[in-house]
Amino acid sequence: MELLATIIAIALVMGAILTGCAYLILLERKLSAWMQDRIGPNRVGPFGLLQPLADGLKFILKEEIVPGHVDRFLFVVAPCVSVFTTLLAFSVVPFGPIGEQANGLPGWLRFIIAPNVDIGLVFIFAITSLAVYGIIMGGWASNNKYSALGAMRSSAQVVSYEIPLGMSVLGVALLAGSLNLEEIMNQQAAAGILGWNIWVQPLACLIFFLSALAESNRLPFDLSECEQELVGGFHTEYSGMKFAMFFLGEYTHVVTISFLVSILFFGGWHFPWIATSDNAFAGAWIVKIMVLLAKVTACIVFIMLLRWTLPRFRFDQLMGLAWKVLIPLAMANVVATMVVRQFGWSYISLPLISLGLFVVAGVIAVEMGTLRRPTNPLSKTSKLIKTGS
Amino acid sequence: MSAEPFKNRSDSPKDSSDASPQPIGSDAVNWISEPRIGFWEATFLPAIVQGLKTTIRHVIEHKPITQEFPEEKPLLPPTYRGVHRLNRDEQGRVKCVACFLCATACPAHCIEIVAAPSPWPDRDKYPDKFVIDELKCIGCGMCEEACPVDAIEMTSLYDIFGLTREEMMYDREKLLSVYDETIKLAVDPVRTERGELGPASDILVAPINEPTEIAMPVPEPNQGR
Repeated sequence: MELLATIIAIALVMGAILTGCAYLILLERKLSAWMQDRIGPNRVGPFGLLQPLADGLKFILKEEIVPGHVDRFLFVVAPCVSVFTTLLAFSVVPFGPIGEQANGLPGWLRFIIAPNVDIGLVFIFAITSLAVYGIIMGGWASNNKYSALGAMRSSAQVVSYEIPLGMSVLGVALLAGSLNLEEIMNQQAAAGILGWNIWVQPLACLIFFLSALAESNRLPFDLSECEQELVGGFHTEYSGMKFAMFFLGEYTHVVTISFLVSILFFGGWHFPWIATSDNAFAGAWIVKIMVLLAKVTACIVFIMLLRWTLPRFRFDQLMGLAWKVLIPLAMANVVATMVVRQFGWSYISLPLISLGLFVVAGVIAVEMGTLRRPTNPLSKTSKLIKTGS
Repeated sequence: MSAEPFKNRSDSPKDSSDASPQPIGSDAVNWISEPRIGFWEATFLPAIVQGLKTTIRHVIEHKPITQEFPEEKPLLPPTYRGVHRLNRDEQGRVKCVACFLCATACPAHCIEIVAAPSPWPDRDKYPDKFVIDELKCIGCGMCEEACPVDAIEMTSLYDIFGLTREEMMYDREKLLSVYDETIKLAVDPVRTERGELGPASDILVAPINEPTEIAMPVPEPNQGR
């Protein structure tokens, strides 16, 4: 029974993610077209709705070119690693109401592949950071300077952003007293809308979102594949289905981080009056799934909006953001949360602390800018030096 | 910022008698200061919100400027120079007298004419072979200006295509068929009021009534963008 439930869940997730990713690509193309006053794909099917099908067929039918100068084994393995790791991370992400909340559901239908993984969060971070191996292997095996540069950048970026990513979630884990995603979600749902973690950990949410975006190599953090500098980055030499798998990995990553943001900070399937934990009617689980999916979709659309709003970071700015801003902020946030927990202060102090940290970071940035100013050589002191010489 | 930093340059005029070149001192430099970054600028938030507002507005008030070509035809200026045609006279014969003026005027050398003695009594020669390589043609319109008998003209047809290079070599019959096709559209020929093109031209002067002014299609300006 347990095995059957797992297999059904895996089939559900795989099917949903694969078609979901295909349609996300269509959504992204449509959205970017709208933002740029274009129409977007509209030739295949009504409103271009069959475009993913055509894309998929094209990917499959295209000639798979393996250049002669590549390391064949790693070249083939790299896209597989990329897809495999991002899909594996999804196994502990609940995509609907869990346990008692899924009232009136048969036991074989559950909305998580691997339930009751107590180190769920750690597992996700461990696995998703493995995705960078796909990129490094792909870049290195391509035996191409652009690919190698892209892979190099990507590894530095992912290693750097892993730290604020993990630390920002520590606050949430401290408040929930668990690393289990189902547990975190159920606690927020039980506490109502004011129990959503966004109210007590707003800064952590911001840091988590930024770092997760950087982890998934999406714009404005897509330095590993920036077209203007590196042709295609690590996937320059890839074509056909192998290229599609890299793409699939990236989109699965986006889906995963959107699920994580919704579950960790926005209460999962909970929404006041629509989907609460004391909903007892028969189809309540459908409503709950819809609410969760709506939150996830909103998050994905926001990521796509950001893509066409923000220009790409320069690499030193990227590293500066991680090491000088996000890591200190995340660390301060964890310490503040620990203090509040330890001394039993009211949770109202937490958003205030977040705001304070944010203001301090802004003030420091302004002051650093002032300090870095060179002294005016025409000022009094430099005049003295000049006359002395 | 005041104009004060620029003062130094005029204060120390260059000594022309000094032969040895002087290194640029700091008093020769125009010192300006960068704008100060305020608190909100340092947090990036207002800029991000502003950018998001722009992108979201474009999604919500979606006014595409795309022209979906095969369904929507572009509005071209009437003087547009498209594919050539060879005109027929009132008896349906090719009007060309194989004088080679167009081939000589052509800067791209895309017109190839082989003349032959005319089978008709009213002219000496006619083109046995008349081939225009439409791929070589640069659309300058010099051939139609050179033609003394208004035989070659550029039409408003723009959507010609071919799957091979040979298909784009338009021979006499093809050019005559372009005439048959475009004469139905009643768009060509388009002349400016100068009217007279050559000494043997049929249309010598512009008609008395005002010729229609050239209406250039103007794309609608995007308001509020």
